[in-house]
Amino acid sequence: MIVNRKSLTFWEKLYVPAIIGGLKVTLRHAYNTLILKKVVTMEYPEQKWAVPTDYRGAPYLVKDQDGNTKCVSCQLCEFVCPPKAIKIIPPGPAGQLADRSNAEKMPAEFEINMLRCIFCGFCQEVCPEEAIFLQKDYSLTGTSREEMIYNKEKLLALGGTVGGVQKWKHKLEEAKAQESFPVKP
Amino acid sequence: MDWYFIIFSVVKIALVIGVLHAIAAYAVLAERKISAWIQDRVGPNRVAPPFVKYIPVLGPILTRWGIFQPLADGLKFMLKEDFTPAGVRKMYFWLAPALAIIPSMLVIAVIPFGSQMGHQKMVIADLNVGILYTFGIVSLGVYGIVLAGYAANSKYPFLGGIRSSAQMISYEISMGMSVIPVFLIAGNLNLSQVITWQTTHGWLVMYAPLSFIIFIVASFAETNRTPFDLPEAETELVGGYHTEYSSMKFALFFLAEYSNMTATAGMMVTLFFGGWTLPFCGLDQPATSLGIGLAQILIFLVKICVLLTVFIWVRWMFPRFRYDQLMDLGWRRFVPLALVNILITAVWLWIRS
Ligand code: SF4
Ligand code: SF4
Repeated sequence: MIVNRKSLTFWEKLYVPAIIGGLKVTLRHAYNTLILKKVVTMEYPEQKWAVPTDYRGAPYLVKDQDGNTKCVSCQLCEFVCPPKAIKIIPPGPAGQLADRSNAEKMPAEFEINMLRCIFCGFCQEVCPEEAIFLQKDYSLTGTSREEMIYNKEKLLALGGTVGGVQKWKHKLEEAKAQESFPVKP
Repeated sequence: MDWYFIIFSVVKIALVIGVLHAIAAYAVLAERKISAWIQDRVGPNRVAPPFVKYIPVLGPILTRWGIFQPLADGLKFMLKEDFTPAGVRKMYFWLAPALAIIPSMLVIAVIPFGSQMGHQKMVIADLNVGILYTFGIVSLGVYGIVLAGYAANSKYPFLGGIRSSAQMISYEISMGMSVIPVFLIAGNLNLSQVITWQTTHGWLVMYAPLSFIIFIVASFAETNRTPFDLPEAETELVGGYHTEYSSMKFALFFLAEYSNMTATAGMMVTLFFGGWTLPFCGLDQPATSLGIGLAQILIFLVKICVLLTVFIWVRWMFPRFRYDQLMDLGWRRFVPLALVNILITAVWLWIRS
């Protein structure tokens, strides 16, 4: 394609229209900011964005509607986490049992290193128990590296409650129903 | 050489350099604020020393204006690590920032910043050949940049240095020739006399508008300001000649740019806008009282500030020129234009006489 380039007029060669245009644009913007107070920026710590609903911020552990820890220490999230931010210490064979019946086990300790976490959401994706969710926090601060490793209590406290299917409860009900089923040999 | 002369000179030098650096520091703030306004932003509005928040109304306002920002910037520069990269040519590397900033401070010596206070003339050196001295010194500024580019032993500064040497040389000439008509008209090379001439005949910008235009454009190029900031062109050369510098050495380059701007603005005020005079209220005569003397210094500073604002405004208005466009503008437009300007002025003066 041949672009038809118009040759510049005398004034354009003197940069006069460009200069006047520049003056006008800059003046208009300065006027808008200074007099009309139309700024495009936001005074961050005082004003904050409304975080949209499916925002993927920091991952926290959640409890179900009955206040139970949902995590069963299956360690899938630990395995899938790309930067290895999650560290789970399972209870072990002789360890403490889960605090509710029919749940296999509970993590003895569950840590997420927020300095490593990249908020990718794989842990939420992989979790079979819907026990970990990326929530709305995006600005995590601390004064030391240790402080940025969130332990189980902290994650649970920050995570709050997210209801949903309660597998263990369902299993419990199933078991009960099985026991009381009238057909007996 | 009497002692009075030495003492007063030292006091004047200290004051002038102090004020120059203060202006340079606050020009940085003005730069940031004005760029912010032009780009629909707010600009620096947070920094304040801790006690300021206890000042009732004024404290928050000053903080919003960013008044304390230059202090914080200065402190930051001093506390940063002064890093010398491996492979630099040490001596030149150390020399370059000093060479960059010294000329800007020397130029200010011949600029009359006020009429007189008591029996002291408000100029450090009332040279007969003031303008020649100025151009001699101003062109030294390029050495700092070229040395920085050479010493850093790195490609970006090197390219910046090359560009700057070519650019400064080409604009030096048109700048020098642009002021010749001014002196043809005023008939004197002494800057104080030029101001005196302007008190009786009116500001020289009305007699030599073309000179003013060439001078201001050339001084954008001289001080490496957009649209001619090729030596530091952030988008293509990282930081240009000061890429490898850090801490106070970088700060010196930064300060040099702004004190150069201030010095050039001072030159323009003196040459084209009547220096410390205002054509009413008797402010155009040498001061007889201390108050008027101070007022005239203030007038000079205000005029400088207005010109600095123009400098800053222009920076946020135009895109950068391409290297060949810059050379084209310098050699093929401004040099002939300045020559024609001299010719026309000379002929006009000849006809009138
Ligand atoms: S969000 Fe990604 S990086 Fe963060 S803990 Fe989960 S899997 Fe790991
Ligand atoms: S959070 Fe989910 S995936 Fe991770 S260990 Fe607990 S149950 Fe398994």
